[in-house]
Amino acid sequence: MSAPKPQELLKISHRPPRTGWMDTPVQFRRGTWCYPGKARSLEVLDLPFPRQWSPEDDDWKLPPNWKEIVLEGLRERLHRFRSLQIFMDACVRCGACADKCHFFIGSGDPKNMPVLRAELLRSVYRREFTAAGKLLGRMVGARDLDERVLKEWFYYFFQCTECRRCSVFCPFGIDTAEITIIARELLNLLGLNVDWIATPIANCYRTGNHLGLLPHAFKDMVDFCVEEIQNVTGVGIEPTFNRKGAEILFVAPSGDVFADPGIYTFMGYLMLFHAIGLDYTLSTYASEGGNFGLFTSHEVMKRLNAKIYAEAKRLGVKWIIGGECGHMWRVLHQYMDTMNGPADFLEEPVSPITGTRFENARSTRMVHICEFTADLMKHGRLNLDPSRNDHLVVTFHDSCNPSRAMGLLDEPRYIIRNVCRHFFDMPENTIREYTFCCGSGAGLGPDENLEMRLRGGLPRANAVKYVHEKYGVNTLACICAIDRAALPPLMDYWVPGVGVTGVHELVGNALILPDEDERTTDLRGNPLPQPAGTGDPSGPGVSDLDEPGGPGPRSGPNTAPGREA
Amino acid sequence: MGISLALTVALILVAWAGAAAGLQAVLGTVTPYLAGLTFLGGVIWRVVRWARAPVPFRIPTTCGQERSLPWMRYATVDNPATTLGAVARVALEVLFFRSLLRNSRFELREGPKLVYFWEKWLWVAGLAFHWSLFAILTRHLRFFTQPVPAFVGWLEGADGFFQAGLSALYLTDVAVLVALTYLFLRRVLIPQVRYVSLPADYLPLFLIMGVAGSGVLMRYFFRVDVTAVKELALGLVTFHPVVPPGLSALFYVHLFLVSVLLMYFPFSKLVHIAGIFLSPTRNLANTNRERRHINPWNYPVKVHTYEEYEEEFRKHMIAAGIPVEKAGPPAQVGIPVEKEGQ
Repeated sequence: MSAPKPQELLKISHRPPRTGWMDTPVQFRRGTWCYPGKARSLEVLDLPFPRQWSPEDDDWKLPPNWKEIVLEGLRERLHRFRSLQIFMDACVRCGACADKCHFFIGSGDPKNMPVLRAELLRSVYRREFTAAGKLLGRMVGARDLDERVLKEWFYYFFQCTECRRCSVFCPFGIDTAEITIIARELLNLLGLNVDWIATPIANCYRTGNHLGLLPHAFKDMVDFCVEEIQNVTGVGIEPTFNRKGAEILFVAPSGDVFADPGIYTFMGYLMLFHAIGLDYTLSTYASEGGNFGLFTSHEVMKRLNAKIYAEAKRLGVKWIIGGECGHMWRVLHQYMDTMNGPADFLEEPVSPITGTRFENARSTRMVHICEFTADLMKHGRLNLDPSRNDHLVVTFHDSCNPSRAMGLLDEPRYIIRNVCRHFFDMPENTIREYTFCCGSGAGLGPDENLEMRLRGGLPRANAVKYVHEKYGVNTLACICAIDRAALPPLMDYWVPGVGVTGVHELVGNALILPDEDERTTDLRGNPLPQPAGTGDPSGPGVSDLDEPGGPGPRSGPNTAPGREA
Repeated sequence: MGISLALTVALILVAWAGAAAGLQAVLGTVTPYLAGLTFLGGVIWRVVRWARAPVPFRIPTTCGQERSLPWMRYATVDNPATTLGAVARVALEVLFFRSLLRNSRFELREGPKLVYFWEKWLWVAGLAFHWSLFAILTRHLRFFTQPVPAFVGWLEGADGFFQAGLSALYLTDVAVLVALTYLFLRRVLIPQVRYVSLPADYLPLFLIMGVAGSGVLMRYFFRVDVTAVKELALGLVTFHPVVPPGLSALFYVHLFLVSVLLMYFPFSKLVHIAGIFLSPTRNLANTNRERRHINPWNYPVKVHTYEEYEEEFRKHMIAAGIPVEKAGPPAQVGIPVEKEGQ
């Protein structure tokens, strides 16, 4: 699916249409929605009403009692979630959230204003569950649930990346992510899901990871990273799999094992653990930290997440480290302990290298790798040569979930500053808790949705463009596997010349391993910058790791303008 | 908007006509009691309904650095790690509209270039409106108490710093009218806000404008018999209702609009004032990994167990040298490697 040219895409009107929002039906325009979930995938998890259908068809083949199912589902959830009740009742439509959504900024569609996205559900809630709505109808913004409304729900609740930026600005803390999660649960009761979510959850359930890698294939991918590390450093690393008695279980998003540029980040993890002699194991059964259940329902989230604790228990590890991934950490931080804990079979995490007790992970017993690495650096336990990243002028994209569901803001910056000498933050309205989504989160990353992804990614890309032009930034660092898949095409489209990297790829570049050969290239095979005066600025090194199956064409960091030799 | 305005005007006319038709007893005692009951009962019912629903997950929206490593400064209020921090966070929201202070607006310029501006006026107007309303309500205690508590006098003194003619001009009276006008104008003039606005958004604005307007008229232009007002007010709160003679129709309009507002309150967005205290994204500390949060309706789910997993893939695992729990058939060399794509 090809996207319109940037000039075309930028013809955005933020003026609402003449017709009121209740009287403006949704249009399924190609490029702005995701293909529906395959029946086969729904069947793996016994999800209701698997069937073949398309959003473009008039007939969605809904079960005859679909309205009852949805309303009963809504009633049940109003009893289960105080958040839902309050978020339905408390909004005053002040409009503070209206222009905080990246999809609204990039599309101008008024139903992408968080307030209106929530009203799509609220209008039905008022009609069915409030006296005012039953009596006064439209005057209080109430309307009947019909197929048009349902189609609107599908379109707009799968056009929200659950990034929670609007929630930061809401005077009542109304969280559109919470509303979207629950609205998607209701849609899933009718078998309405998108395939980029449905197939990963089916894969994850059966094989342990979204990509459906079987145990030996997973090991093959890791072995491939090991070989590459040997090529670059001469050091042989031997990670173990499903090893009982290891001290630590390490769980990464599977995107890091499989996809460019995530694999370089994965290589960074392996090198780090090797450098400090960590007693850890990987698992093929719990080979996925990411959890697309979050984008389906609380129940599916729990079903997928259960594997991590189950595997930690079976292997008898003491505690768990998790890799760089955004929504993965939303689940691990805000849901895992409640859903699948208590983790009383584990021990409170203590770094075997520095002795630091990770007090903030005392109950969950799972530590973010950035917390772990920042602690190592603070104690001076890593031998680092930041000049190896001198060809990179770096900025940092705060991934939505670690920023607004954890507050993991300074750990990655601390790490970057230790391994890079050229770091510049983007403007303050676009970083930390104000960070803008990549536009592809919450399961909205497939190619058929490319136009909407590029629109949603505009605010993020535009902030990168600012530092690219001002400081010559050529590298966008992030701590999320979805980012590593979504940002490269976004950069190519809006800010050509900026590459995307995980934070631990930068660590891998700078880390001096014991017994390593002198390095001539970075992890991607690009030549290392020469000391000043002897530089060879003859152009980009070609990485033999750039596989065609990757998420899109990517400019090597060296091709960026503004690079200093 | 039109319908809300018409409704407000109609309510004013009803009160006026009622006063003219000699229904002072109804307007002065029956409707206020009815309104008070509806308000109290309604708000309690609403809050109890909210409170009865559990908070299954700890989902604070974090707006600053977390507490993680001891040497890293964390945002004690915006990302609280203690109950005290969470209380402070809610207090800042309630008292100073912390989140609204963050408000910004954007412009998409040629380039393309997205520019963000600090948008403080909604915060200023919102704060001015709510605080003025609160001060005005507090000043009204003069009518409902005997003797009048000292702080009411102090507040009046501070508020009425400026003299307007013979009587003090209350700053809050001016502020509330200006803020209301601003809030109304932005709702009408900003296209996006107008687009999302419902009649239910205009009605409270018009009602409060009516209340404030009639109050201002009575204080500065058509002076009302304050002693009579106090007699009526004290009668109401001591449950010995009296309807003193000589109160103007304007007073009954004022009282009637207040009554309607109170009755409307529990069934409208005005409950936001209670909702803010219970909002789980704001009132929970970010101690998710430190303390286990209990979900009262947590139920067991079907999972794909390790045993099932090994059963299905044992052959591959053994071939790849991955440890297994149960010994399987001897590994065959050179089995075709299956790789499942999406």
